[in-house]
Amino acid sequence: MKILVCISNVPDTTSKINFTDDDTKFDTNGVQFVINPNDEFGLTRAMWFKEKQGATVHVATVGDASVEPTIRKALAIGADEGIRINAAPKDGFFVARQLAEIVKNGGYDLVIAGRESIDYNGGMVPGIMASLLDMNFVNTCIDLEVDGTEATAQREIDGGKEKISTSLPLIIGGQKGLVEESDLRIPNMRGIMMARKKALNIVDPIDAPSPTNDKKFERPAAKGPVKLVDAGNVGELVNLLHNEAKAL
Amino acid sequence: MSILVYTETDNGKFKKNAFEVASYAKHVADQMGESVTALAINAENADELGTYGVSKVLGISNDSLKGFNAKAYASAIAQAAELEGSKVIIVCSSADSKYLSGILAARLNAGYVPNVVAAPEGISPFVVKRTAFSNKGFAHTEISSEVKIIGVSNNAFGLVENTTDAVVEPFDPNINDNDFGVKSVEVDKVVGKATIADADIVVSAGRGLKGPENWGMIEELADVLGAATACSKPVSDLGWRPHGEHVGQTGKPVASNLYIAIGISGAIQHLAGVSASKTKVVINNDPEAPFFKAADYGIVGDAFEVVPELIEKLKEFKAQNA
Ligand SMILES: Cc1cc2nc3c(=O)[nH]c(=O)nc-3n(C[C@H](O)[C@H](O)[C@H](O)COP(=O)(O)OP(=O)(O)OC[C@H]3O[C@@H](n4cnc5c(N)ncnc54)[C@H](O)[C@@H]3O)c2cc1C
Ligand SMILES: Nc1ncnc2c1ncn2[C@@H]1O[C@H](COP(=O)(O)O)[C@@H](O)[C@H]1O
Repeated sequence: MKILVCISNVPDTTSKINFTDDDTKFDTNGVQFVINPNDEFGLTRAMWFKEKQGATVHVATVGDASVEPTIRKALAIGADEGIRINAAPKDGFFVARQLAEIVKNGGYDLVIAGRESIDYNGGMVPGIMASLLDMNFVNTCIDLEVDGTEATAQREIDGGKEKISTSLPLIIGGQKGLVEESDLRIPNMRGIMMARKKALNIVDPIDAPSPTNDKKFERPAAKGPVKLVDAGNVGELVNLLHNEAKAL
Repeated sequence: MSILVYTETDNGKFKKNAFEVASYAKHVADQMGESVTALAINAENADELGTYGVSKVLGISNDSLKGFNAKAYASAIAQAAELEGSKVIIVCSSADSKYLSGILAARLNAGYVPNVVAAPEGISPFVVKRTAFSNKGFAHTEISSEVKIIGVSNNAFGLVENTTDAVVEPFDPNINDNDFGVKSVEVDKVVGKATIADADIVVSAGRGLKGPENWGMIEELADVLGAATACSKPVSDLGWRPHGEHVGQTGKPVASNLYIAIGISGAIQHLAGVSASKTKVVINNDPEAPFFKAADYGIVGDAFEVVPELIEKLKEFKAQNA
């Protein structure tokens, strides 16, 4: 089985978000970039397929040279080969087009992407790819088993989960649950050394439209101070929620 | 031409967010001088949508679409859009609608913007405001493609009544076997209880509760309020609560009217995922807990004393207002 894990390079979850150039650009100053958490679960599941079922695992990222440390990290965790599509990720449609091209040319059986990237929260790349490539697609995937060309999966739905049967070639939008939190791996020294020798291929982008464009950003309005209610006067909270906040 | 809105049902009944996206669609239709057509799949009372400004409903009744299937549903919506010549399509932010939207966007060559929190700022150019960076920011996004898909955030626009007579027309899209490469085997879903995605009120608890055995009072509080229960990430990692209850940046997003956080410190990743809620209440015994800075109301106190008391007071309140 040949697996492609699509990795989005995103600000660490602890990052403070600021904008520059008259609020038209995200300010990367002082921001640490990491593997998108949803993709980290997917990559770890891919490692399981590699170790237990002999799968080959490639990772791909659409981005400029600054995303290479993130790709190297994925290689250090155990992916066999990295691909960088050399273009700024303009929007979800553009990114999906680039990745679909890699999938088409690379003959992958399973494509693991994330439910959403935690920066622009588009949540559209895997679905667009699946449609462009006419591959089966399971979103918010929290469990995946593959046996030959048959696959069983679970997806999170509002208020529960759904068991699914499908087949390769398959694309998933993964998230926490695909593997346990405790299974996530931190690259060790040996992995980091080995990653240096692995191929990181740089591919030119194809022409593709980007139908959406973020014109301007805005930070949420500052919050007023909290209204504290005395622990001995809980009834007052009910009163405020009813009369003031109109929340009850 | 019309604005097309996809209105979700659950067991034949419209979900609340169906009325919200219909209200939103009516607003956009007025901006553009058009009318609203809704697509409803296996809905029992399709004409209910008239209350929210829908003038035409394409009603599908098709047994093969009883259960949700992203590809088949996306195909049905695409065919409805083509039939109506719709250039703007409105969907909600449920897991199902997010699942089908990417597929739909590719089929219609449409720009898709999810997590939209307000009516379009302008229609030429077409610009919408959405959340980004897990609620740590907003983006004003222009959609330049001919067909546009807008995913409206839960509880962001609200319900706006605009009573119209809705004409219901049967619609029978072409659904292929090829659409069912992904088959549902079993759905395991809580019934009769609010879900985090739909609930008006969410009651959430964290590591401050000490152990899973103490969740009885959280469930009771949720029960009294008709709320969904949620938890912080470590609580689900420890197995105290199911993964599906984990909310935050890497868990489920919450955009309820009221969010009550009990024994949760308010780490940045937690706040990112819940800050879209309108009113936030914090109960924590540490006055320095960061959550107090992000909350509207707070009680500094021991959850094991405050929560039972709150349950009592809410019961009294309900008895008086029944
Ligand atoms: C990559 C990454 C992603 C993450 N994503 C998420 C996410 O999506 N969601 C999320 O929640 N977290 C997330 N986290 C974890 C986050 O950083 C915090 O560790 C977590 O939110 C803390 O959970 P907590 O508030 O329940 O526990 P704690 O931080 O341990 O806080 C417990 C709180 O309970 C209070 N308390 C104790 N006893 C009582 C009592 N008797 N009565 C009242 N209050 C009491 C304490 O004062 C304290 O404030 C993420 C972390 C990382 C690194
Ligand atoms: N620039 C990118 N390079 C590679 N994969 C990406 C990129 N952006 C998004 N993805 C993949 O698509 C998923 C969903 O991202 P998005 O649609 O941007 O929310 C991510 O979890 C990644 O798996």
